[in-house]
Amino acid sequence: MARHVVGPATEIGPGERRMVELDGKKIVLFNLGGEFFALADRCPHQGASLSQGTSMAVIDSNCPGEYGYARAGEIVRCPWHAWEFDIRTGKSRFDPRRMKVRAFPACVEKGEALQLQAETFPVSIEEDYVVVEI
Amino acid sequence: MELPKGTIDVDLHPMVPDLSALAPYLEPVWRDQIRMRGMEGFDSQSYPPRSPKTVRADWRPATGAPAATVGQLREQVLDPWGIAHGIVTPLYGVQLVFNEDLANGFTRALNDWTRQEWLDADARLAASIVLPMFNPEHAVAEIERCAPDPRFVQAMVLVMGETPLGRRHNWPIFEALVKHDLPLAIHAGSTYRNPVTSVGWPSWYAEDYVANQQGFQSTLASLITEGVFVKFPTLKVVLLESGVSWLPAFLWRLTKGWKGVRFEVPWLDRSPIEVVRENVRLSVQPFDAPDDAETVQRLMDHLGSDEMLLWSSDWPHWQFDGAPKLPPGLSPELVRKICVDNAVSTYKRLAVPGRAEAREPAVQP
Repeated sequence: MARHVVGPATEIGPGERRMVELDGKKIVLFNLGGEFFALADRCPHQGASLSQGTSMAVIDSNCPGEYGYARAGEIVRCPWHAWEFDIRTGKSRFDPRRMKVRAFPACVEKGEALQLQAETFPVSIEEDYVVVEI
Repeated sequence: MELPKGTIDVDLHPMVPDLSALAPYLEPVWRDQIRMRGMEGFDSQSYPPRSPKTVRADWRPATGAPAATVGQLREQVLDPWGIAHGIVTPLYGVQLVFNEDLANGFTRALNDWTRQEWLDADARLAASIVLPMFNPEHAVAEIERCAPDPRFVQAMVLVMGETPLGRRHNWPIFEALVKHDLPLAIHAGSTYRNPVTSVGWPSWYAEDYVANQQGFQSTLASLITEGVFVKFPTLKVVLLESGVSWLPAFLWRLTKGWKGVRFEVPWLDRSPIEVVRENVRLSVQPFDAPDDAETVQRLMDHLGSDEMLLWSSDWPHWQFDGAPKLPPGLSPELVRKICVDNAVSTYKRLAVPGRAEAREPAVQP
């Protein structure tokens, strides 16, 4: 796996996402309350761009008529057929075992530690940067 | 064709010959009202008694009422075809009237007529409890009243009913059914609360009869999405006279929709296809596929289960002529499952050889 410095962490605010291309792969980055997650930007169903999808909460239920609501904004819905995917894992909500979108490790690191690895833009040592491994 | 030994016919329809036949089973207050109100009968327009479809031509007697006696059933189906067990389900429309007390009173009488005129007359027979669904409390009470008799092996509602069947006001009914190991049979036909199609009244019989398929689809969608099988995972639903070939395409579409709007019904944690394979059974008349083995095999593949179909004649309805029918090209193993094993698994109360005695134990001396 190669590590890619995507950009300053402050450029993708909480609740926002950004599509990036790394090694020819389209990747969508999500900021969930300061934590970053990276998914392949291609729905496993018919290839739509998940970065164009809306976000929603995890809605689940133990019993008909009861609605659980948690983790607001942590599910992305494909813009074409509205399949739900968990941003943290890439697993679909309707069949998490068999239907999932590929997830890649993402993290935030200090510019200081990354100076030699930034490929396309200057990295300042004071800032935090989003790093994705693909 | 020859049916396997032990064949169970899950869809037989005794016809009440005349309203007076129910009089002995009615409470006096309702019995008197036949005369006081000048009631004529409760034959439903779903199956007009003189319509050719309602009674196969060679089963209609020259004089007297068709399908009205156990003798007719014996002569026309049970004896010549070697039927081991038959499940009788009257479609007389007593449960359809809007006066809920009257509907309840006459439906109770109908179930007692079935018990005495049919179940008591032939040990091969079992029956459906007809449910007065206008008032779910009445339906539950009727289940509780009839369930102690193990010859009642299921309850029956019409597919086009009062409201979408899966709604929560009907759940006490499903709870009572599960408690007594009774499947819920859903039979073609309408209570006429709404037009028989969602686009309005049709002009012709062919439209009317095929509209049942829409009713079955909407009813299944209601049961599945409302979460009836989540709440009552052991409930079995048997679709009677529903046709079969529409089911896979309907489930593909429902499942496609569910994948996109799963959040609306978050309790539904399995695809509708899986739910149906586990909880739903269908009778084979009318079998609405082309009469060639290759097409039938493809349909079986689409159904994805060899446990869903149950054999039926639909007596006295006119579904086929001559000898009993099965779809073409089925393996002997599958024929045996459709004719015998699947019904044995579905009807836990049916007293079949090899099962621990389902009926009340004999009184010990």
